[in-house]
Amino acid sequence: MSTPQSPMPQAAPTWQAAPGSAFPSYTSPIPVVRTHLGHALASEWTKIKSVRSTMWTLGVFVLLVIGIGLLTGAVVVNSSADLSGNENPLALGFFGLLLGSICVMTLGVLTTASEYGTGMIRTTMTACPSRGRVLAAKAIVFFLVAFTVSLVSTALVALAQTAMLDGTHARQPTGAEWFKATVGVSLYMALLGLLSLVIGSVLRHSAGAITIMIGVVLAPLVIALFMFARSLEKVRQALFEYSIPNQLSVFYSNSLSQSGPSGWDPLWIILGTTAVAFAGAWALLQKRDV
Amino acid sequence: MIEAVGLTKRYGDKTAVYNLSFQVRPGAVTGFLGPNGSGKSTTMRMILGLDNPTAGTVTIGGYPYRRLPNAPRQVGALLDAKAVHGGRSARNHLLCLAQLSGIPARRVDEVLGVVGLQGVAKKRSKGFSLGMGQRLGIAAALLGDPQVLLFDEPVNGLDPEGILWVRNLMKALAAEGRTVFVSSHLMSEMALTADHLIVIGRGQLLADMSVTDFISANSADFARVRTPDAEPQLREKLTAALTEAGGHVLPEQDGALRVTGLPLPRISDLAHEADVRLWELSPHQASLEEAYMRMTQGAVDYRSTTDQKAGLMQPLPPGAQPPVPVPGQGQPGWYAPPPPQQGGQPFAPPQGPPQGAPGQPAAGPYGAPGAGAPNPYGAPAAGGPGAGGPNPYAQAAPPSAPAEPTSAAEPTSAADSTKPEDAR
Repeated sequence: MSTPQSPMPQAAPTWQAAPGSAFPSYTSPIPVVRTHLGHALASEWTKIKSVRSTMWTLGVFVLLVIGIGLLTGAVVVNSSADLSGNENPLALGFFGLLLGSICVMTLGVLTTASEYGTGMIRTTMTACPSRGRVLAAKAIVFFLVAFTVSLVSTALVALAQTAMLDGTHARQPTGAEWFKATVGVSLYMALLGLLSLVIGSVLRHSAGAITIMIGVVLAPLVIALFMFARSLEKVRQALFEYSIPNQLSVFYSNSLSQSGPSGWDPLWIILGTTAVAFAGAWALLQKRDV
Repeated sequence: MIEAVGLTKRYGDKTAVYNLSFQVRPGAVTGFLGPNGSGKSTTMRMILGLDNPTAGTVTIGGYPYRRLPNAPRQVGALLDAKAVHGGRSARNHLLCLAQLSGIPARRVDEVLGVVGLQGVAKKRSKGFSLGMGQRLGIAAALLGDPQVLLFDEPVNGLDPEGILWVRNLMKALAAEGRTVFVSSHLMSEMALTADHLIVIGRGQLLADMSVTDFISANSADFARVRTPDAEPQLREKLTAALTEAGGHVLPEQDGALRVTGLPLPRISDLAHEADVRLWELSPHQASLEEAYMRMTQGAVDYRSTTDQKAGLMQPLPPGAQPPVPVPGQGQPGWYAPPPPQQGGQPFAPPQGPPQGAPGQPAAGPYGAPGAGAPNPYGAPAAGGPGAGGPNPYAQAAPPSAPAEPTSAAEPTSAADSTKPEDAR
């Protein structure tokens, strides 16, 4: 033990001259355990379920997905337009989900950015100096919550819509289509939310991150709408095809265009994007001051 | 044990902390003092691994914080009472922190009891007052029953009962052999709580010493001598005699003399030899506040200036006097006057506390808030400054001064309380 470099050596108190190892020490009677990701997961689960914003955003999400889904179903059934041909009745779930994605993204951003907004992050990072563990726990808990809620609501709305359209000319969806329109689209939703969570962690500002995510969803379509120049035709096409609403519709096999992503492509795209963003956020989190 | 070696932190071209080296030992309360913006909070954040130092290291028990195994079980911290998610209830806030470090959930209810928040455990912390938030922060620090505790301004916003409780809590924690590191701006509080002081200014170490050493190293102790008012020639005579004997004499505005360089018995002897009667001969030792102000004068970044209201002032009505400025407003080099006494009795006996014996409130049992002890704040409040007087602000009296042991033991002249003492 080196002695402190006191600018006023005459003021060294008596107890500082005490032998180095003879310090009193305190041992807590509460057993000390080795912490791991499981502890962080339990903590993040407590966090996410104990704030009202979770209930609000997920409640509105369920309401939008099921409400708009049922509404479109009812409109289609009662209108003269029939879904004969090759139309997939599950596609009616698309509109509700598109609006609902805003709620999932908001919740994702809030999971990380609200801790920065309130200052809670300093308490959290003091309680768990392994910053990566906190981010991983947040990501896992949020992903599971978002996926479960999306799966339940998309499954419910899909069941309701096929039942409503049973009498019309719509065809029965295949098993693969069912899988894509429920599990596939829920995975996409949860990953989109996860991307928002990561962006929230990078930007550390709720409103900013939410705005960016809504921009990411809407901007490509809006920009593409105003690209009249012929030379920009290819860019315009790509913007249309890879815009998030179009990627979402791929899961219902009614893409806006024939080229572009198809099948499970959108899932791989968002998975790759989220993974890259997550790695970046992880590195930044380790490096930056909290 | 917290040990900082050459700790430096720069934000852009602003150096918040520069080459700070100190040790915080277990078994004592170490006060961490410094003016606003001097780098106290930055240092605390670096200790907790929240900010990475630009240079140097800080370790707790030999490890950097981020490499401590199960850090919250070894270090508890209250950095900012507002560092909670307002939408979460107090209990859930503590529960998520407990789960993070594998602390059993019943410990949450224990610490809620310790800080006295059981009644509002289910309430969202958004609605908490500053004091309640502070208690919640202290609960979070105590959650892991750690060996090292850091508190940044723990008594902010607490009621008198809470301040007393925190004071006793700090001492009790240190008495158990823990390291307690507390930053505060309340000097009277620090004088009662801390054993050791680390003072920084502009991010650099100014002092690292015990409280008593700090006070004596940073204040000129003096003797106040008063001769009969009606006979100024006696004063001249005594001044000459004292100066001749090697003393340094400064006249005070009210006619008393401030003598340094001579012990009290010697002054008395000299006065006797010169055949001068004395009305007062009293020792004066500075308070911690005064010593602190003296030390940090040059390191204050944010100093208030006089509110000029240039061009906005109404012309004074004819015959009206402009208001006399209160001392300390926008006067560089000013520092706190000695603690004021109840005026009019400069000959109060030194051994008797002048204010109806509030005694030392720290005598209560450690860690037991208000256990049977009579409220020590009741007595000074009753005879407080300007009680019932026409203008309670006329006396520049720090409200906590009566509880301070130095002021209780050594009465000084009341006339001093309203004038700056930069003549020293």
